[in-house]
Amino acid sequence: MSLQFVVDGLLTGSMIGLGAIGVTLTYSILRFSNFAHGDFMAWGTYATLAVVGAIAAMFGKVAPIAPLSFGWPLIVALVVGAAFTALLALLLDKVLFSRLRKQEQAIIAVMGSFGASMALRSLLEFIFTSRPTYFSRAIQIAMPVGFGIRITPDQIALLLLTAALVLGVHLLATRTQTGRSMQAMSQNPALARIAGIDVASVVRVTWVIGAALACVAGVMIGVLVQIRPLMGFDMLLPMFAAAILGGIGSIPGAVLGGLIIGLAEAGAVQLIGAEWRAAVSFVILMAVLIVRPIGLFGVRER
Amino acid sequence: MSETVLDVSDLEAGYEPGVPIVRGASITVNKGEIVVVLGPNGAGKSSLIKAIAGLVPISRGKVLLDGKDISTAPAHTMVRLGLAFVPQTENIFPRMSVEDNLKVACGILERRQAPARIDEMYAAFPDLLRQRRTPAGNLSGGQRQMLAVARALIVHPKVLVLDEPSAGLSPKFVSMVFEMLSAIRKSGVTILLVEQNAKAALAIGDRAYVLVEGKERHEGAASTLWDDPVVAELYLGQRPLRKDSARHTETGGAA
Repeated sequence: MSLQFVVDGLLTGSMIGLGAIGVTLTYSILRFSNFAHGDFMAWGTYATLAVVGAIAAMFGKVAPIAPLSFGWPLIVALVVGAAFTALLALLLDKVLFSRLRKQEQAIIAVMGSFGASMALRSLLEFIFTSRPTYFSRAIQIAMPVGFGIRITPDQIALLLLTAALVLGVHLLATRTQTGRSMQAMSQNPALARIAGIDVASVVRVTWVIGAALACVAGVMIGVLVQIRPLMGFDMLLPMFAAAILGGIGSIPGAVLGGLIIGLAEAGAVQLIGAEWRAAVSFVILMAVLIVRPIGLFGVRER
Repeated sequence: MSETVLDVSDLEAGYEPGVPIVRGASITVNKGEIVVVLGPNGAGKSSLIKAIAGLVPISRGKVLLDGKDISTAPAHTMVRLGLAFVPQTENIFPRMSVEDNLKVACGILERRQAPARIDEMYAAFPDLLRQRRTPAGNLSGGQRQMLAVARALIVHPKVLVLDEPSAGLSPKFVSMVFEMLSAIRKSGVTILLVEQNAKAALAIGDRAYVLVEGKERHEGAASTLWDDPVVAELYLGQRPLRKDSARHTETGGAA
């Protein structure tokens, strides 16, 4: 048996986990399930792709940073793309979600996000067509690292990036005043206001973090797999499964949930058959909801 | 007379437009005082102080804090303006540690000031220091109230406003809470509180108001108020002031 599925699973899990952080934060702080989160991923990826194209037009062909498949343009573009995605989320909140969140029932905001998701996706197909595209068409040679596992330099770089981002967000959430304000908002929004926390600024930070990480996750998919308008929407179920598995509101939980789902999916492909891949996150999601509805790191409400 | 810190005049407030719960109430709180608002169930006591704290929409009247009108200020700006509110229930962040509960309230302070203020709170409430790493949701009822009050005090408010601080506590903790408030006043903090536990509140208070049907009907020194026959009548609702007040005093309802 090859252990290759471990690397594949960790990579898929990283993408799911980075996306699930945004899902879990939106759910615990803004109190609705944002179905448009996957489309933030896709939009961030296409924005990054557009910036890469613009840089290529300005500076010509830039040699990749050996042994990676990409050079500095992608890194710069990722930062710009993440900023763009954050602005997109803030804009969408201003024109749509902030109004819907004022309604009594959370389902209104959820349905609104579903509509936004479809609109965003169609707009991407309209602008970029639904044909898959790539950051680079170069083929990378995977290095054998023992136990029958092969890994490419890109994959190593992206795993490290994920680890750094998760650590950074975790420290932000637990060690800074901004993070404590976010926790306070998710635990008791009324008291948060009384304690002098500006709800509007916490909401903005939440969108910025979630959207920026969604963009990074999308670009990871773009680098390792391909770029399609549906790329984010297809990640929606695994992301929600990861957020619920880890416990809503928990950032480490979302990442761990993502890794578990990623590994389970990759394991299923190798051990059962590729057609079962998508079913695995469903099965895990249902099993968690039955056995431990609050998730691994979840906390019971009072 | 000492200077007025909080001056509420002719306040009308309620959750729904056109349905006022507070109906033209006027109260003042002077510097260094403990002022108690008493009244039968459903008199609008909690709504009155929630309106003062910016949590219930005000439709008429003024709330002056040190002469400045704060009646239209959003709730989250109140601590910055100098008014710290302690709600009756859910007044802590249950899954944050005691220390993080205090830290999160320091957002309006300068960064350098926060550690010293937290240490001051630990000095005043040693129980909290012992439990600083405990999730606040695991504290006992009395310690929760301590934490809630410490959270409010940490920003050096001009006035500390509390909604029934003794509600739901066992008798041992009730006396502890009132001793705590008495000690806080001695340190120079001005306090406005609403209480069901009239006798204990009057024992530590300087002045008191009796609120009936959303309007103050009686005011007096806390020491003599308990024996005042008019108060007994208003507060216990033995003889309704007006015909329609009977249902308020009998059925109670949300305070």
